[in-house]
Amino acid sequence: MKYVDEFRDGQRARQLAGAIAEEVEEERSYHFMEFCGGHTHAIFRYGVPDLLPENVHMVHGPGCPVCVLPMGRVDAAIDLARRPEVILCTYGDLLRVPGSRKSSLLQARAAGADVRMIYSAADSLQIARDNPDREVVFFAIGFETTTPPTAVVLKQAHAEGIENFSVACNHVLTPAAITHILESPEVRELGTLPLDGFIGPSHVSTVIGSAPYEFFAEEYEKPVVIGGFEPLDVLQAIRMLVRQVNAGRAEVENEFTRAVTRAGNRKAQALVADVFELRKQFEWRGLGTVPYSGLRIKEAYAAFDAERRFAVEVGRPRENQACLCPSVLRGVAKPTDCTLYGTTCTPDNPIGSCMVSSEGACAAYYAYGRTREPAVAPVDA
Amino acid sequence: MCLAVPGRVAEVREDETALVDFSGVRKEVSLALVDGVEVDEYVLVHVGYALQRIDPEEAERTLALFAEMEQLQGG
Ligand code: SF4
Repeated sequence: MKYVDEFRDGQRARQLAGAIAEEVEEERSYHFMEFCGGHTHAIFRYGVPDLLPENVHMVHGPGCPVCVLPMGRVDAAIDLARRPEVILCTYGDLLRVPGSRKSSLLQARAAGADVRMIYSAADSLQIARDNPDREVVFFAIGFETTTPPTAVVLKQAHAEGIENFSVACNHVLTPAAITHILESPEVRELGTLPLDGFIGPSHVSTVIGSAPYEFFAEEYEKPVVIGGFEPLDVLQAIRMLVRQVNAGRAEVENEFTRAVTRAGNRKAQALVADVFELRKQFEWRGLGTVPYSGLRIKEAYAAFDAERRFAVEVGRPRENQACLCPSVLRGVAKPTDCTLYGTTCTPDNPIGSCMVSSEGACAAYYAYGRTREPAVAPVDA
Repeated sequence: MCLAVPGRVAEVREDETALVDFSGVRKEVSLALVDGVEVDEYVLVHVGYALQRIDPEEAERTLALFAEMEQLQGG
C-alpha cells in the first residue's frame, strides 16, 4: 500500500538500526517513552527492541484510550446498555474491556442488552435515524484523533433535530497526560522512571499539530520527536532523539512531516472547540485524576449529552489488586512483572484493560511472544 | 484505536464524502474535517473520517533520508 510499504522495508530498518548503534554513546543510557499505543504495537510487531543497542530502552506510555478508561466508566456504559430503551453504540475495542464483577459490554449483550459495534461515529447517528422509538447512545472514547468525528455527528444531530440521539463523552487529551507523567514523583523525585525523551503521537498530531509539545521541550527539557507508526518512522524518530540527547538539545522535531504540520488541522480543532469544553478533572486508569485532561459536551449541546440525559453516575469500583495495569500504563512496570500475565490474564480472557486492546502493552507483549527479556523477533518487511 | 490508514481519493461526492481506495478496497469516507480534497490525493483516514491529507513531497523527503543512509553505508 502506498505510504505504508515503503516505510516497512526490512533492509532499511536494519540499516537505520545500524546508524543508531553508531550514534549512541556507550557510557550513556537512553530511555525514551512512546506515548501512543500505536507505537507500542508497531515496536513489538516489528521487533524494534531487538534491533536497538542495549543501552537504548523503550518505555511504554499510557497512550491507548481503551486502556486508560477507568472501570467506573466501563460500568457506566454497561448500566446504560442494560436500559431496555437504549441502543448503545461504541467502537469494537471497548466491548471486551472488563468492568467490575467481571462484566463487559459483550456479556451485557449476551444477556440481552442492545449493544452495537460501530466503525464510524456516523454509523451511530444513522442507527438513531433508523430507530426513532429507541434511545441511541454513542459511547465515545478516544484521543484527539477520534474527537473531531464525534463533534461532527453532534453538530449533525443538532442541525437535523434528532431527538433520540446522545453521546457519552469520554474523550481525553494527550498533552495533559504527558504533563502528568513528567510531574509524577516517579519521574521528578524518585528517579525510578528515567525519561530522556518522547516519541510524540503521530495521528493525534495530524489534528493538534506539533506546537502543543513545545511546552515539554522548554519547560521540562525533554526532547520530543513526532514519529509515524511504521517501523522506519519509529526507528528514525529514535535516531533523532538519540541525536538530541547527545547534543544536549531538547526540542520538538517532526519525523512525520508527510501528515503533521506545526498548526495541525485547524478545521477539526474549530469543530472540537465549538462542541466540547475542558472538564476540570478526569479520571484515568493508571494515572488517577488528571486536571484538564478530559472533554465534556458544552451547554449549547446539552440535549445530546448522555451523561445529563440519563444522570449517569460514575462509581469507583475496586480494581483487581493483582493487575499491574496502573504501573504498566505509567511505564514503571513491564507486563511480564505481573503475576497474572500470560497465565490467568490472556487476550482471550483479559483481567485488565492493557490486555484487551491490541495497542495495550500487555497485549502487544503477548501477541509477539515476549515472555522474558530479551526475546528474538524477526523484522518482517 | 488512534490508527489512521492512508488511502487514495477515487471519487469526491457532493455531500462532503469521498470514495477512498485502500489497495483495491473502496470505502466511503467523510470529508467533513478537510477542505478542498481532490481526486488522486492521499488522505489519512480514521474511523471513517479523513483527518489530514498526505503531502507527497514530504513523504519523498523522508524516504530520501533513508536512501542517503544506504549510500553512506555502502548499500
Ligand atoms: S497482564 Fe493482565 S492483569 Fe497483568 S497488568 Fe497486564 S492486563 Fe493487568
